[in-house]
Amino acid sequence: MSQSQISGSQALMRAFVAEGVETIFGYPGGAIMPVYDALYDFHDKMRHILVRHEQGAVHAAQGYSRVTGKTGVVIVTSGPAATNVITGVADAMIDSTPMVVVCGQVVASLLATDAFQETDVVGITQPITKWSYQIRSAAEIPWAVARAFYIAREGRPGPVVLDLTKNAQIELMNFHYEPCTFIRSFIPTPPIDEQTVSDAAALINQAKKPFALVGQGVILGNAEDELLAMLEKAQIPAAWTLLGLSAMPTDHPLNKGMLGMHGNYGCNIKTNECDVLIAIGMRFDDRVTSKLATYAKQAKIIHFDIDIAEINKNVKADVAVLGNSKETIAAVTKQLQPARHDEWISSFDSYAKIEYDEVIKEEVDPSTPDIKMGEVISKVSEATGHKAICVTDVGQNQMMGARYFKFSQTRSMVTSGGLGTMGFGLPAAIGAKIGAPHRTVCLFCGDGGIQMTIQELGTILQENIGVKIIVLNNHFLGMVRQWQEMFFDERYSFTNMKNPDFVAVAKAYGINGKCVSTHEELDHAIAEMVSNDDPYLLEVRIEPKGMVLPMVPAGADITDVRLK
Amino acid sequence: MEKTLYTVIVFSENRPGLLNQVSIIFSRRQLNIESLTVSASSIEGVHKFTITVYTDEEEIDKVVKQIEKRIDVLKAYYYTDDEVIYQEVALYKVDTESILESDEIEQLVRKYNARFLEITRTFSVIEMTGHTDEIKELYYALDKFGVKQYVRSGRIAITKSTSELLSKFLSEREEEAKG
Ligand SMILES: Cc1ncc(C[n+]2csc(CCOP(=O)(O)OP(=O)(O)O)c2C)c(N)n1
Ligand SMILES: [Mg+2]
Repeated sequence: MSQSQISGSQALMRAFVAEGVETIFGYPGGAIMPVYDALYDFHDKMRHILVRHEQGAVHAAQGYSRVTGKTGVVIVTSGPAATNVITGVADAMIDSTPMVVVCGQVVASLLATDAFQETDVVGITQPITKWSYQIRSAAEIPWAVARAFYIAREGRPGPVVLDLTKNAQIELMNFHYEPCTFIRSFIPTPPIDEQTVSDAAALINQAKKPFALVGQGVILGNAEDELLAMLEKAQIPAAWTLLGLSAMPTDHPLNKGMLGMHGNYGCNIKTNECDVLIAIGMRFDDRVTSKLATYAKQAKIIHFDIDIAEINKNVKADVAVLGNSKETIAAVTKQLQPARHDEWISSFDSYAKIEYDEVIKEEVDPSTPDIKMGEVISKVSEATGHKAICVTDVGQNQMMGARYFKFSQTRSMVTSGGLGTMGFGLPAAIGAKIGAPHRTVCLFCGDGGIQMTIQELGTILQENIGVKIIVLNNHFLGMVRQWQEMFFDERYSFTNMKNPDFVAVAKAYGINGKCVSTHEELDHAIAEMVSNDDPYLLEVRIEPKGMVLPMVPAGADITDVRLK
Repeated sequence: MEKTLYTVIVFSENRPGLLNQVSIIFSRRQLNIESLTVSASSIEGVHKFTITVYTDEEEIDKVVKQIEKRIDVLKAYYYTDDEVIYQEVALYKVDTESILESDEIEQLVRKYNARFLEITRTFSVIEMTGHTDEIKELYYALDKFGVKQYVRSGRIAITKSTSELLSKFLSEREEEAKG
């Protein structure tokens, strides 16, 4: 039976369908038009979200991926569109988010001639992708797409860029699709070494003061249940990194809070008191460790990771347990003896109390007329029954979101951790809502950050995406202002902002909203906001000079926690 | 920290752009590549990079892990000089007249186990294989008579280990591919 030939663009669509793609975020243009033409016939199989800027497409795909665990898919044209996706690709790389980005490219015969809208996309993206590949003929499409999804998803996930020349989109080919299951040069998940499993178990079994650090690797490995089983069996208190947030419920008695620069007091102090530090799917980022020379020197370090390049990168491990977290955690747990560390666990309490008295109490329930960020976040969390997805932008709003939002289920925190990309929030929230349509998605963003991708309100308008946008308006680039106050003699160099009427802007896009500046108005507006599933923009005028505390200054010892 | 000359050997699939991917891992750390040789390996379809670089063990270990993390890289290893047999080749161009004037150049060629590759009426080319310092020594010795051109290749190296790590890796992967 002879197969009838199809175009490269149709092949791309069929390959997407074969990979189970349901949603595509994109923006058309000259060098990708044949693909868009093919997409026209597939609109009943795949939903295409037309964003307003290509950066928005990538961040939306990231938000979608973070809440669903699926690979985000982006299609854009060549040249400026390809360079517009760079920020999101770099963000997905450092935060291990699986994504396949297809960029149009000029016809192969024009490559390297400085043709109209030609950029060296593979050259630019090599350092910020897991894999970046130029497809020059239609025949390569099924192979390259299958590989792209396999690479993006397997092992430690990350972004893949396919640079698709226009001729490849048009040429005819015989379509035959086989998903990729093996690449000779790529071992996504290292095999488990039983010796390291028993070494880790032995260390934990003899620990008097064990402490677990929970990273995103737990979520990416779907190992939330295994994690809890391990922590509960051996009674190990745990703290999370920014991206590990929501891997375990906030109110679990062994959940002691966040690590790092704006983490919880006790978690940072105890890092340098524990006897066995169990790092799970985290990479000892400098925002978590602060000064390495004095970090957890007293402890034996166990490092669970899927990526061997993370072992001994920043902190030397005494035992490295390589493999998929779901399997490695379970394997170690099997060899653990039930244990109790009551005194050690309750030793976190006195720090929690100090932090509560000196920082949290006033932050969530201010005694002054000004609204505070922590107050807004905890009220919104409360109003959603702690069941919502929390998306943040970057800055004070992000750290406050991480500190004060509460979680009862996994994959509920979407934030730009490694790259700290302002402008991430709004498009990521759109992607998150599309990925989890039956959940409430709350975005907390600053007055600065929302203006970096505010055009995505147009995407919300067009697709009617019920995102709850909370603009924490302090009329400052707040986090930078905080540093200026603390470390630059209060010299507020270019950090105050004259802002538009955000509610009016939202209104122009057909989005309901309110601007509030008293505690009472805030309560009413939150109630109104969560009363239905429509998009909503809540602008909250908050105190202009709020501070995120506690804070460990950059480069200080992790125990150098400033409460004021 | 003490810096050592490491020989990094990378085996990769034969795909465009690999050199860039490997070299940016060094440049990101401000590591200067001392020498670089890229060619097909003895295994069909497998490319081989031989790179020398001065650094410390902790850094080279991280570099090699990052290289191996690149999807199309099969394997990357690092060695100190005592773990490999290595060689470079150098070419020296001198005036034929200066060879004829005395027997000193001929003596040098004998002493360093070099050889005449080409002799024309005007110029001659001497070839030598060896280690960097020997090659440099010969250069300084010849330069007394005027060396017109001098080129030195990057290092190529063969490991002293008894098991052939790459072949083993490839056959293991072949088994795994079968299921
Ligand atoms: C794209 C980008 N540019 C600059 C920064 C540096 N930066 C980090 S936080 C911050 C201030 C953010 O201000 P705003 O969005 O109002 O949030 P706030 O801190 O006030 O909550 C800036 C400028 C960044 N993280 N990302
Ligand atoms: Mg602000």
